[in-house]
Amino acid sequence: MGAVPSQGIARRSESAVASQTSSWFGQVIQRSDDGGTTWDPPGTKPEDLMGPDGMPKGESNMFLYNGSAETGQPLTTHQHYDGTQRPWEFKRVWHLEPSLTDPDTVYAGAEDAALFKSVDGGATWKELAGLRSAKGQLWQPGAGGMCLHTILLDKSHPDRIFVAISAAGTFRSDDAGETWKPTNKGLVSKYELPDPDAEVGHCVHCITVHPSRPNVLFMQKHWDVMRSDDAGESWHEISGNLPSDFGFPIAVHAHEPNTVYAVPIKSDSEHYPPDGKLRVYRSRTGGNEWEPLTKGLPQQDCYVNILRDAMAVDSLDPCGIYFGTTGGQVYASADAGDSWMPIVRDLPPVLSVEVQALP
Amino acid sequence: MIRIVLPAHLRTLARVDSEVTFDIPSPVTQRAILDALEARYPMLRGAIREHGTLKRRAFVRFFACEQDLSHESPDTPLPDAVATGAEPLLIVGAMAGG
Repeated sequence: MGAVPSQGIARRSESAVASQTSSWFGQVIQRSDDGGTTWDPPGTKPEDLMGPDGMPKGESNMFLYNGSAETGQPLTTHQHYDGTQRPWEFKRVWHLEPSLTDPDTVYAGAEDAALFKSVDGGATWKELAGLRSAKGQLWQPGAGGMCLHTILLDKSHPDRIFVAISAAGTFRSDDAGETWKPTNKGLVSKYELPDPDAEVGHCVHCITVHPSRPNVLFMQKHWDVMRSDDAGESWHEISGNLPSDFGFPIAVHAHEPNTVYAVPIKSDSEHYPPDGKLRVYRSRTGGNEWEPLTKGLPQQDCYVNILRDAMAVDSLDPCGIYFGTTGGQVYASADAGDSWMPIVRDLPPVLSVEVQALP
Repeated sequence: MIRIVLPAHLRTLARVDSEVTFDIPSPVTQRAILDALEARYPMLRGAIREHGTLKRRAFVRFFACEQDLSHESPDTPLPDAVATGAEPLLIVGAMAGG
């Protein structure tokens, strides 16, 4: 489906899974086991998962919300912009996150916000419905929809999962996704949430973590860049000297856990860099003190945006950083952001960037 | 033989180059054709009809013999020309979905 935008791609070793959606044909999941050379929808080959009639089941694009009594607290509605309750309805997969340990386990973040898990390489999906029990009736859509867009896994805590949802906030599970708690204490959304102590409802754009410090998380929120030092139990602001604290992606250096990258854009209604200058900002102090990175990036008349899933780092040394823009360019830095160059132009708007280092 | 023309993206997904053909016993209906299509090409499940409800996806249309058959019941027999293979059933992505 060459003309359909990919919305989530995740790689581990040689395998990769990708999410594509279109208003015509809906959600498609595709998997590659040869480094991206060829792709197939999982579970659709004759030797794959079979139904009772002996035909491949072809359910790799089937995401059904689990409202059954066995989940404990089946939920059927969430809040809408106008304060009314609306039924949960699957729109698309926003993000795919492969397991850190099992090549056939993949997590999917969906819109309307929910978390799904596959244990057969993407051939079938089952909802981890306990998440929607964490005050799901108070979740509401952000401007881009009510989406679960970020999933963080932790090798040092195999049962821990963080997710981020617009506009609900961040949530943490410590039992492999069975039960969840909101982890939004310290987030301030004074223009969007009248209750200063609201547990959910915050529009979190992206979260990230360095594997060597699993309790330290960084967040780009709808306004404010935030940090938690206690696994999400509390957050504090680290926007510091950024020209704007509005943005979408956030990333951490592969080898320097205190080096963080953000891409400020002007405001919630002006999704382009301040002054038309495309600048990535880097903090080497874990926040508050930020330096602009501009070498090789356009510094005038640049009005592109960088979406929340469109920035990635590689594991090489020095660390490489990559981001894609809504203008269709992908920029790369081989020196941790000191200099940049475009590696491709004229793509459609870039929704997602992932990096795989091939041997 | 029944003839079906898929839209470009679904031809890519199903890895077919042109028309697909099936031998379907009477009555030849939308449901019978789509059941056969999805059985042979399971990657198309959910792409033409919704999972579960099997309702036609909103931005997908069925045309044949210069008629829009999208709003016909899936169990209504299709025109004889489709049943005999004289005319194909066209599965089309609606312009509104673009």
